[in-house]
Amino acid sequence: MSAQSPESPQSPQSPQSPQSPERSSWRGVAEVDDVEARERELAGRLGSGSRRLLGELLRPYKRAVQLLVLVVVVENAARLSIPYLVKEGIDTGIAPIRRDDDLVPLLTIVGIMLVATLTQAVARQVFLVRSGRIGQDLLLEVRRRVFRHFQALSPAFHDDYTSGRVISRQTSDVDAIYEMLETGFDGLVTAALTLIGTAGLLLFLDVELGLVALLCGPFLAWLTNWFRKASADSYRRTREKVALVIVHFVESMGGIRAVQAFRREPRNQEIFDDVNDQYRAANLHAFRLVAWFMPGIRLIGNVTIGVVLLYGGYLAFHGDVTVGVLAAFLLYLRAFFEPMMEISQFYNTFQSASAALEKLAGVLDEEPGVPEPTDPVPVREARGEVRFDHVVFEYAPGRPVLPDLDLVVPAGQTLALVGTTGAGKTTLAKLATRFYDPVAGRVLLDGTDVRRLSSADLREHVVMVTQENYLFSGTIADNIRFGKPDATMEEVVGATTALGAHDFIAALPDGYETDVANRGGRLSAGQRQLVAFARAFLADPAVLILDEATSSLDIPSERMVQRALRTVLAGRTAVIIAHRLSTVEIADRVIVMEHGRIVEDGSPAELVAGGEGRYSDLHDAWLASLA
Amino acid sequence: MSTIPVSDPPAGVHSLWRLRGYLRPYVPALVVMAAAAVGAVALSIAIPLVTRALIDGPITDRDVSGVLPLGLLALALGVLEAVLVWVRRWVQSNAVLGLETDLRRDLYARLQELSMGFHSHWQSGQLLSRATTDLSAIRRFSGFGLLFLVINILQLTVVTIVLLTMYWPLGLVVALAAVPIIWLSMRFEKAYVVVSRRVQDEQGDLATHAEEGAVGIRVIKSFGRSEHVSRRYEEAARRLQATSMDKVRLSARFWTFLEVIPNLAVVVVLLLGAIGVGRGALTPGELVAFITLLLSLVWPVSSLGVILAMAQEAMTAAARILEIFDTEPDIVGGTRTIAEPRGHLRFERVDFAFPDAPDEPVLRGVDLDLRPGETVAVVGATGAGKTALTALVPRLHDVTAGRVTLDGVDVRELDLGHLRRLVATAFEEPTLFSMSARENVTLGRADASDEDVESALQVAQAGFVHDLPWGLDTRIGEQGMALSGGQRQRLALARAVLVRPEVLVLDDTLSALDVHTEKLVEQALASVLGSTTALVVAHRASTVMLADKVALLQGGTITHVGQHRELLETVPAYRELLAADADPAEVPGVVA
Repeated sequence: MSAQSPESPQSPQSPQSPQSPERSSWRGVAEVDDVEARERELAGRLGSGSRRLLGELLRPYKRAVQLLVLVVVVENAARLSIPYLVKEGIDTGIAPIRRDDDLVPLLTIVGIMLVATLTQAVARQVFLVRSGRIGQDLLLEVRRRVFRHFQALSPAFHDDYTSGRVISRQTSDVDAIYEMLETGFDGLVTAALTLIGTAGLLLFLDVELGLVALLCGPFLAWLTNWFRKASADSYRRTREKVALVIVHFVESMGGIRAVQAFRREPRNQEIFDDVNDQYRAANLHAFRLVAWFMPGIRLIGNVTIGVVLLYGGYLAFHGDVTVGVLAAFLLYLRAFFEPMMEISQFYNTFQSASAALEKLAGVLDEEPGVPEPTDPVPVREARGEVRFDHVVFEYAPGRPVLPDLDLVVPAGQTLALVGTTGAGKTTLAKLATRFYDPVAGRVLLDGTDVRRLSSADLREHVVMVTQENYLFSGTIADNIRFGKPDATMEEVVGATTALGAHDFIAALPDGYETDVANRGGRLSAGQRQLVAFARAFLADPAVLILDEATSSLDIPSERMVQRALRTVLAGRTAVIIAHRLSTVEIADRVIVMEHGRIVEDGSPAELVAGGEGRYSDLHDAWLASLA
Repeated sequence: MSTIPVSDPPAGVHSLWRLRGYLRPYVPALVVMAAAAVGAVALSIAIPLVTRALIDGPITDRDVSGVLPLGLLALALGVLEAVLVWVRRWVQSNAVLGLETDLRRDLYARLQELSMGFHSHWQSGQLLSRATTDLSAIRRFSGFGLLFLVINILQLTVVTIVLLTMYWPLGLVVALAAVPIIWLSMRFEKAYVVVSRRVQDEQGDLATHAEEGAVGIRVIKSFGRSEHVSRRYEEAARRLQATSMDKVRLSARFWTFLEVIPNLAVVVVLLLGAIGVGRGALTPGELVAFITLLLSLVWPVSSLGVILAMAQEAMTAAARILEIFDTEPDIVGGTRTIAEPRGHLRFERVDFAFPDAPDEPVLRGVDLDLRPGETVAVVGATGAGKTALTALVPRLHDVTAGRVTLDGVDVRELDLGHLRRLVATAFEEPTLFSMSARENVTLGRADASDEDVESALQVAQAGFVHDLPWGLDTRIGEQGMALSGGQRQRLALARAVLVRPEVLVLDDTLSALDVHTEKLVEQALASVLGSTTALVVAHRASTVMLADKVALLQGGTITHVGQHRELLETVPAYRELLAADADPAEVPGVVA
């Protein structure tokens, strides 16, 4: 989870909804709770968003789906024909054997049965593999779209949405759909076709007995409907409780150092026992629902069979039905009740998949806050002049962070921004890199509004390094090459050497090939920051923005970066935001900001020379702190 | 979240057997379960036999008076079967969930006892999969698998005998067919577990990419590399798709097989049975009963293979859990307590190496004396061993040679809880838990009063928590409000100060604060440090100023101890580390 800058829009404005009483007090209250509650309401309903998404995704497979429908109907027809053929075998196959040992009618029926079985096998195989293929293709497409869409959405969106939810959209939600495709879909189709087909066949075999057998229908419908509702609720509760167990477990183990140092174990155990027991109770509830449902179906099934036997026996006695019909009835009823049991298994997966789809559709409907220009102005060589033309910006309406900023940074200048937290320095940086667009006014690169540049061009020429020195999995060299993937090893080493980072990288067990994921934990904050600098240096942008980029470095590293910065900044425009004035000292020009306005502007020497003013005060305080 | 494959410990029946103690409270429940299950199986065999009696008796004999009692009997048996199924499931749910919950509780308790040395080479994801996936495997087997392993074998035997006595040629066909089916389904289940694991691993990889795309979004945007990461993500997604298709194909084959087998059996039985009826070797009622009984065997037979594979999985899971239960905590408290602690902390010729790299000593012969109430700053380059030094005081790690004493007592002889009550640490990377801000601050002292919390927040300049939407009740951490690095460090400081320790350890706690806030915190801290022994890791001169004396840590040993000014003037290495104006000529502002 990223550290939030104090200026980010997520800073609280006003208290939201009141605390709900049943929450455990240790957990505290968070806005996410409301979001989750809202998302919960979506469960089980296929909204217009997800219907549209589903339609769009399925369009290329229209023919294939039609074919599948055909295949599945054939498969079920073949499967359901077996009991009927058994009946035929008993009713018409046995008599000729008894009469004159004539096996032909029986063998004919058995032959047809074999063909039906074979047809069923082939159709089933085709159906499972083809529908699996379509499902997996859809899933890939959903993953692709969602990932790309998240990439296209602005950092402002990501600030609000939080990385945790971005990740869970792409993991648990997509997995929920995967789950449904894997288990639920086939079961649902088969159950539906079996139900309809069997009912029809029962009536066809004998209307009277069929009607008696189908008397179980309303009971079945009632029980299933009850279970559907109850289990949806219970399933959701189980998911919530297991999430609590997982969060508490993972955080306890991840933060074991703090846990042990503060003798937190007993309290943690108390909390864990509590969530563990809540999970058990939720699970117990779910299990008990099934404990009612399964025998319930069995009861209805057995009673139906009993009634059919009684009434069928009575009819058979009068010769109205044959023994074969009775046998077929018993087999069909078996086939009728079996899928009902399975419905309980995949109803939950269907439920969570539809909720997941709705959430994903919601994400895909999100418009990028910083849209790509429809008609971008091409940039060949950027000089690097950055200009803020009466820029107004606010995170929350009516509370401007930058009321009216007018500033020109000539190409090649190194500008330092100084000011208290919340003065608008980071906002300025985010506007220059087009993480946000201004509410009014324009930000210009070499005279062109940045909104008219393609993001590829803009990002090539304007690069920002923050204190959040994120390293991607892969080797150190991969990470340095991140901004310029085609860079040769010489260029990579050139960059690290210029920054003084070569020595420590070369000293790592695998040098530049050291895997960041495994060994990255061992890189100090300063070393990670040097890698981040090398990444920016190698990308060679015309404009480089450093937002608090040196604050996590210790003094020797900072000094090293300081020296390197002269190399890095030569020939390009730079905007440096720093709390520590040591970084500021290399600037050509300093701007002091307060409440979104520029209050002082000049070279460091000029501003200090005056002897009074805010920068001069800061400078004195800084010298004193060096002691 | 990358998955580092860890070879599983050897598993066997003994692993499961060792966990039997957890089943003990549920023995009565298990007995009821087994009885109900046996009863239900008996009834499921009896019902087709009643059907046969009905067809062969009253219907064939045209004896209408016999239809009613037999039909009612079938009905009653059917109701009874459903009731028994209910009893089994009802009792079972309580027992198996109790087992799972107990195991998970003990696992968590053990993991909390194990030292940093253990936790540093176990990813929390690996531990989590033991607490969730493995425990579910054991639950599934002990509740369901074990029971049906016995029941299914029983049912298979009984029904085969019934079939054999009814009409032996057909019975023989059924008995012979069972073996290959069991074998095939077991093989399938094993292959299925393998491919499922692969799918899981690849889902994990994909999740890592999704995580990077989310957490690293600002870096990705900065460099305009969305296309690059999207392609990487898609490659991983395609790999997952291919593996998923393997899984689809495998299970398609198996399910087809499972559906076709009973139908084939019916075909064979009909052929042979109808001939048998035609030639008078079998009655029509027997043929119907035969087919019904045969179909009732399909599930027990095919599930037997699945259950055997399930047993295998449960054994592996048990072994993986026992691996943790069998790890003895290597940092165990002593028995001594200090009646009147003064806070005199001494390091005496301390050596330290991390357990996973015993040949690379981090600290060598460290001697350092902190008199009661004294504040000592430790200064050293990155990697000099500062954090390791601080971890030795509350015994997050133990020394490999020498000793650390508190008021003259070796910390290893002290009761662990007592020691950790006397020592509090504020870490550089503060760990926040997804709990209320209050719970996070009172981590080490749950019974702190509001006044105590308030004054600790005051010292740490962490008053910002009052401005959170729900004040101290606001949930922070991953699942709540995101805080900046500086805010997190201030909370961690408040957490340590609140404990009112005899020894306060500050591991570079102020590194993420801006100059202004840092100054305020330092002023407020001065009052606390006046009366508390403190070990302060610092990399800024401003922090060092808090200390009464400074120790310079170089290459794992303390090379100099003295006053800040003194060291600054006489020790070049110290100057290199702490003097930002080392090259005044390069800093124009100072020249001017």
